[in-house]
Order: sequence, then structure tokens, then C-alpha cells
Amino acid sequence: MALSRSTVSWLYVSPLMLVLIPFFVLPILVVLVASVFETDGFGGLIPTFTLANYGTVLTSGLTFNLYVETVKFTVLTWFFTLIIGFFVAYFLVFHVRNPLLAIGLFLICTVPFWTSNIIRMISWIPLLGKEGLINSALLRIGLIREPLEFLLYSSFAVVVAYVHQLTIFMIVPIFNSMARIDKRVVEAAIDAGASRFDIMRLIIVPLSKSGVALGSIFVASIVMGDFFVTKVMSGGGSASVVGAFYEDISVLQYPGAAASAIILTVVLLAMVSLILRTVDIRKEITR
Amino acid sequence: MAVLRGDIELAGLTKSYDGVHTVVQGINLKIPDGAYCCFLGPSGCGKTTILRMIAGHEDPTDGEIVIGGENVVGLPPVARGTAMMFQSYALFPHLSVRDNIAFALRIRGLSKEDRYRQTDAMIEKVRLTELADRLPAQLSGGQQQRVALARAAITQPRVLLLDEPLSALDEQLRVRMRVELQSMQRDLGITFIHVTHSQLEAIALADMVVVMDRGEIKQAGPARDVYATPRDRYVAEFLGGQNVFSGKVDAVKDDLVSFAAPQMQHIAVPVGASRVGKGDTMDVAVRRDDVELVRPGVELTADKSWLSSRVLAVEYQGNFVKVMLDATGSDEFVAYIPERVFFRDPYTIGDVVQATWPSHLARLLAKTTALTA
Repeated sequence: MALSRSTVSWLYVSPLMLVLIPFFVLPILVVLVASVFETDGFGGLIPTFTLANYGTVLTSGLTFNLYVETVKFTVLTWFFTLIIGFFVAYFLVFHVRNPLLAIGLFLICTVPFWTSNIIRMISWIPLLGKEGLINSALLRIGLIREPLEFLLYSSFAVVVAYVHQLTIFMIVPIFNSMARIDKRVVEAAIDAGASRFDIMRLIIVPLSKSGVALGSIFVASIVMGDFFVTKVMSGGGSASVVGAFYEDISVLQYPGAAASAIILTVVLLAMVSLILRTVDIRKEITR
Repeated sequence: MAVLRGDIELAGLTKSYDGVHTVVQGINLKIPDGAYCCFLGPSGCGKTTILRMIAGHEDPTDGEIVIGGENVVGLPPVARGTAMMFQSYALFPHLSVRDNIAFALRIRGLSKEDRYRQTDAMIEKVRLTELADRLPAQLSGGQQQRVALARAAITQPRVLLLDEPLSALDEQLRVRMRVELQSMQRDLGITFIHVTHSQLEAIALADMVVVMDRGEIKQAGPARDVYATPRDRYVAEFLGGQNVFSGKVDAVKDDLVSFAAPQMQHIAVPVGASRVGKGDTMDVAVRRDDVELVRPGVELTADKSWLSSRVLAVEYQGNFVKVMLDATGSDEFVAYIPERVFFRDPYTIGDVVQATWPSHLARLLAKTTALTA
């Protein structure tokens, strides 16, 4: 049976569409529609067209503060995951000679993911808490007299938990792009007299750009879209964008929450396109 | 004799990766300044390892590498004054042609202006001026090869090391780039060491051919010596162009060796420098282009050797015809007959012929040792 070319192309994309349309496009459309409706105050929606929900969100000083707070966590988490992720990947690719060992170590990086997100986060509490391991150890050896308060239920704790959860999202894509660097290219640089630092600066960093960009997209979009870690690890002291519209939902303010969600999506899209503008991932991947 | 800056001497050079198997077994070799030297051998014979040891990308297990009178073992590549051109070039994929070539100068801390001035002169030399701003992926194989060559030569090394420089190219381009390599070497006047598995490439380019097998040098010398007077069966077969067969010696008389086997009774081979006794099994080499074919019954002069045989196959090669014969049992026996001569009286498959050659042109080969047999 001969299928026309266009039928064949449609068949190729159909699995992806079967996933994307019901699980991505439809929900987004529902949220988009809800964001221009009015609420009756009891969880019901009044079909109409209003931009009032957007107006409320955008004119509120609270929104601005929430974004500042969330972006702060995003940038800090991005920075630390990038540094750690880059060097872990670099070590695995360029310093572990035995490929089997490299894969083994790589798998070890994923061990924290064998437990749930929540357990991993909560397990920081006995470590960082007022009577936690770190504080009692420091007290015992006499480095401090009072327990350190900033360790838990603070911005510090939030960043620690995020970095712990998300470093792997940096390691994997950077590892992947570094593994595709031809070892002879590095040798050619050594042949030209390049030092370790020169090789890092002139060869490895530029050739790992696509991995860094992909990892950054993962980390930034996860942190921007999360509220739970912020809520638990800051002990309620810090709020987040998603946390705020989660509150809206719990008081049945669906249109307002939907408008916030749409705004966040737009902000994230802008961030991602900014990253893609600096690194042409498609070109790098097909290289 | 004074030691020149591009003189290379390898003394007892040995390499083993695991302490059990040695890939390079105590090589001794002198390469004169300004020579074009080719290491020739099958893959896995240790030739690339030797090159990488000279370049400083691999440390020898034992032995010395002396360049220009100085032992360079342990020195980084730059301090050796060597530059390497890598197999499949290993160009920096994210840098333009100009920046690829300028890389070593950038490392040396030259200002952009200075390094581009030097680089542009080099780019002109390798005729890449219009392509200077392209990325390596946008170049053809031959252009990439020129970039790699320019990148290696920009630092004015005293030795240029080339690892299979032509293997990534198609046949026609390979012949063209061969000429370019040779003229580049003459231009620069520095020592080139070129690793290849192609005997055509080696004898076309090299002043000095080094034939290798399993980490050992089998024969080293000018291309013509190695091709025309191979020392043993391995070298003869690797370089080709020779028929090699073996036989049990029957008698040595008047400096001529004769053989016991009945089909070899009309063969006589000069003893030359070898020591031969009755009963020894010796390898004999006869150049394929020294062999003539005649119909049975034709009288031959006494100074000729001959074998009676049957034509197995005929291949037309243009300027000559390759005739395969079943003369010597298991060994391949081939005659290269000039095209005009062949077509005066063409043979067809199955014809009985006499393969004949002037006896003094055949050579006894050094006995291959049991180790490599």
C-alpha cells in the first residue's frame, strides 16, 4: 500500500501530537479561557470577556515583589547548579579514563533521585535545623555559642534544597555535550601549547554551550514554576509566584489564578527564548 | 657531523600500555634534518604510537627521543618544537579558519593584530583566503586538510608530524594533496614524519620509508631501496610489486642456488650476501615487472630462469596487463606485462605459459624468524 508523502509525515508526528494536544495544548487553552472569565466568588465561572484579572495581577505591587523573590532564587540556584554541574561533568568526561567507571559515577549522580522529591527535601531538616547535625556539631567543637538560625527556614535553605534537587538537570546535558567533544581537538590544543585553563576557556566552555543552555532552561523553568520547596524550606518566610496563585485557587479565585499562570508562562517563554537567542541549540545539536 | 635542529634519533624506544604487551619494541632510528620520513605498516603496528610519543602526547615506557641533540622525553609538545597534524584533522569546530590557524599564536599571547598578520600570510600560502571566515564544517575535505596543515605549520616547528593525513580524502584528492604535502615540505624545509598504511603514499612521498610490523622496524631506507630490494618476505609483500615464493635448496654452485622441487628445477637465484646451505628453505623475490611470458617450446637462453604454469586470470590495468599464474602453488604469482607486448600475442585464461626472468634479477630474502612466522 502506497501512502502519500504527507500522510507519512503526519504519521511520523502523530505520537508526539497525541501527547502534546491533550496534555499540553488543551490545558493551556482551558487556563487561557478561564483567565478572561469572571468569578462568581464561590468557585463558579461566568463566561464573559474581561481583562480585569490581568489588570489586578499586573497592577499589584505584590506581584512585582513575588517575581523579584522568585527570580532571586532562580538566579542563585542556576548559578550554583551551573558551577557544580559543569565541573562534575568535566571531571566525568575528561578525567575519568575508564568509560565504565565514568558511567558508574554518572549513575551515582542520579542516586538521590531514587527517593521522592519531598523526602529529599525534608531530609535536610534534621541536618540544618536548630538542633540539627550541623548546629550541634559546631556547638560541640565550640565554633559557635548560639545555634545558627539562617541554616533552616531561610533563603539559604531554599537554595540548598533547590541545588540538591536540580544539579542533575545541569550535569546531564552538559555531560552530553562535553562527551561529544573530540578528544583529539583537546590534544590539538595541547599541541599548540594551550594550558589547562586555556583549554577550558577556549575549547571546552564554548563547545559545552548547548548543554549549559539546555540545563539552564531546565533549572530556570523548574524553579520559576515551583512553590513547594520555597514554602517548606523557608518556613513560610518567602513566597513565590506559583505559591501566590496556589493561594488564589484554595480560595476559589480561579480566573485570577489563571491570569497569573498565563503571565508566568509568558515570562518563562521570554526567558527561554533569551537563552535560545544566545545559543543556537538546534545548530549545536546537529553539529 | 653537526647535529641539526630537525635531526631526530629514537633510541631503544619502547611503549607498553599494560606492562604485558609492548606495542613498540625498542625502536632505534635516525631521521636526518629536513627529511620526509614515512612510517608504513598495517593498523596496530605501533606507527601512530611512535608518532604520538615524538609529539609528546604519549610517554615512552623506555628509551630516548632526541630532537636536535636534546632528549625531549617528558617535555610538553611546545617545548619540543614539534607540531602535529591529527588524523581527520581535529579542527576546532567553533572557530573560523583564521582563528583555527591563529590558535597557537593566541595561546602565545600575541595581539590580535600581530597574529592575524602572520595568519593571513599562512592562509594565502595554503590558498584559503576566500574561506578565512568559514567554520571547518563548511569546508571540503581537502580544504580542511589545508587548514590543519597551516595550523600545524604556523608555529614554525622543526618537525611536523602527520598522522594518516590523507586517509580521510577520496582517491583523486589524495593524489592531489600528496603533491601539496611534498611541496609544502620543500617550502618549509623542515622534517616531516608521516604515518600511513598505504605503500603507494609512502613511496611516492618519502625520502625515507620505515616499514613496521608489530612494534618493530622491518626495514628503513630510501623508498627505492625498500621497494626494489626488500629485506624479507614481510616487506616484499607489504610493499607489493614482488612475487615471493619459497623452496628447499638443492645445491649452491657458481654463486647460484637451485631448488629441489620438480616445478622449480629451471630456477636459479644468485646467492648474494645470504648464507645458504643445502636443505634450507629460502624465500625468493622476483619483481612482477621483470617477469616475461612465452609460449611453451620457445627456446630460452641459459641465463634465464623459468616456471611452467597456467593463466588463472587476466586484468587489464591500462598501461600494463596483470596476468595471474598458478606457478608456485599456494603463493600468488603475477606478471606485469606491458600493454603493447601483451596484445601482440594475448593469453587467455587456461593457457599454458612459461614465466621467465633473467636469473640475476631474482633475490634471496632474509629468512623470516620463527617469531613473526
